[in-house]
Amino acid sequence: MDFLGVPFPVFAGQLLIGLINGAFYAVLSLGLALIFGLLNIVNFAHGALYMVGAFVAFLLLDVLGIGYWPALVLSPIIVGVFGMAIERFLLRPIADLDHLYGLLLTFGLALLIEGLFRQVYGVSGETYAIPAALQGGFNLGFMFLPTYRAWVIVAAVVVCGATWFLIEQTRLGATMRAAVENADLVRAFGVNVPLLVTLTYGLGVALAAFAGVLAAPIYSVNPLMGSNIIIVVFAIVVIGGLGSIKGAILSGFLLGIAEGVTRVYYPEASNIIIFVVMAVVLIVRPAGLFGKTA
Amino acid sequence: MTDITKTEDARTVRARSRSSSILADVRLWAAIGFVLLLIAPHYVYPVFVAKILCFALFAAAFNLLLGFAGLLSFGHAAFFGMSAYVTGYCLQTLGFSAELGILAGTAAGALLGLGMGLLAIRRQGIYFAMITLALAQMVYFVALQAPFTGGEDGMQGVPRNALFGVIDMSTNMNVYYLVLGVFCIGLFIIYRTVHSPFGQVLKSIRENEPRAISLGYDADHYKLMAFVISAALSGMAGSAKVMVFQLASLTDVQWQMSGEVVLMAVLGGIGTMLGPIVGATIIISLQNELAQIGSISTIVQGAVFVFCVLAFRRGIVGEIKHRWALWRSRSS
Repeated sequence: MDFLGVPFPVFAGQLLIGLINGAFYAVLSLGLALIFGLLNIVNFAHGALYMVGAFVAFLLLDVLGIGYWPALVLSPIIVGVFGMAIERFLLRPIADLDHLYGLLLTFGLALLIEGLFRQVYGVSGETYAIPAALQGGFNLGFMFLPTYRAWVIVAAVVVCGATWFLIEQTRLGATMRAAVENADLVRAFGVNVPLLVTLTYGLGVALAAFAGVLAAPIYSVNPLMGSNIIIVVFAIVVIGGLGSIKGAILSGFLLGIAEGVTRVYYPEASNIIIFVVMAVVLIVRPAGLFGKTA
Repeated sequence: MTDITKTEDARTVRARSRSSSILADVRLWAAIGFVLLLIAPHYVYPVFVAKILCFALFAAAFNLLLGFAGLLSFGHAAFFGMSAYVTGYCLQTLGFSAELGILAGTAAGALLGLGMGLLAIRRQGIYFAMITLALAQMVYFVALQAPFTGGEDGMQGVPRNALFGVIDMSTNMNVYYLVLGVFCIGLFIIYRTVHSPFGQVLKSIRENEPRAISLGYDADHYKLMAFVISAALSGMAGSAKVMVFQLASLTDVQWQMSGEVVLMAVLGGIGTMLGPIVGATIIISLQNELAQIGSISTIVQGAVFVFCVLAFRRGIVGEIKHRWALWRSRSS
């Protein structure tokens, strides 16, 4: 049973891995896009906070004995509150300066957070067991599908969909979009825009933490897990353009799949395929696939 | 909105136009610095000072782009590291003499800069930063997998071939003076670039790009030129580093290295000639002190970054210049 020159199980297996990576890319770039929309900064600390999300889940289990399902809710809340504190006390004072300062500040934060965790936990990483309900898998006839991996994809799609719904279909989302267009005007209508900004940063960071908890049982919980993924997510964000929620989600999944397919045909290039796609997009369509302006 | 590079306010500029005392003479300070660097290796471990000089040149090259063209690159490790590999390969496998090895590395940096610059200047601001970071990461993966770099092991025991084929480079002292020469050439190129009509156009593009374009300047062309010069000089710094440590490794191409050079420039003072040198000296000394204690160095660097952005945006040299100018305008 061959498919495009390779055995179909091999192809499907890599496609699945691609989809899973794509799920993480999608949730992370969605958070980046949300934050960028209102704060106009690229949150360099996003990867570090994704890592913190995974560590909070690990610590909840290790120290307090709180399992996976509560952690899936608790960890994003804890990291989200931490993120709101970062926004309120570090990012707001420099909000009126060149946005590159925001990038530099969050880069420093990423170093700081990562360094602290590395100091305490080393670089070898901790393991986090797959919850009992999601162990095992299905035999699809042509391949074995682990339940947890299927769950990751479903959870990511649901969370992305819910966030899209929140932004595009609710009153709160409408206010947020209005604030993106013209913050001063929205403020004149009596909306507490600074609070909205803080909440948005919290939400974006909570998404990163959610991805971190999802990742914990798949990858080892490692202080370096964030910086490895965040640069790829940056490339995806350049490809998709930071302008739209849908664009961020779609390009996340698409590039994850592209990475998986490349691993089938030319494994050596699978690490760099996303950067190559980024280069091509920059030449053909500098504003990004879903971007409006350059 | 204040621009990241506009650290001088009107008062500073007005005051500077009046200050023409001997203390403000660039040539005097350059001469003093040069003499100090000439005698330094007799009092301090020469390899340590040579390392500082390499990174100071790297930071100054980076600052040429950020401080004078307003472009924040997060991918300068690519030039530094790739040039180190090329120089290492030329010295080790091809048996080039020292100066040819460094020239080859510099050329590699320029070429890579041309390729990355062509892509990166298509977007501005934070996108520029993200694109350079992503492209540099691509270079990192290439370095990880390409056969000639030695992968995880890197290139070790790179020979210090003789300069021009005749001058012996086997002692640390001789290598130090070679690096000092490279440093001076690099810094002179940066100084001339900034204080030339080309540099003035760069500044005008930084301040107001649409206006510069409307005056007939091809902004993209100027930005690309600045990018290539900066990349070439970063490459030169990387090549010189190979001569000092006889080693080229993945550390040189990693994104952490790109971040370090940003920190050196920010800490020392963006858009000043001396700032990156001061910043590099402090960061390298700091790493030297903290190297033994796990990741404390990363933590301190992160904290310094946050502090600089929040409360010390002019950097050390920028702050001194600012205070000095204020003091002069008050006392005159």
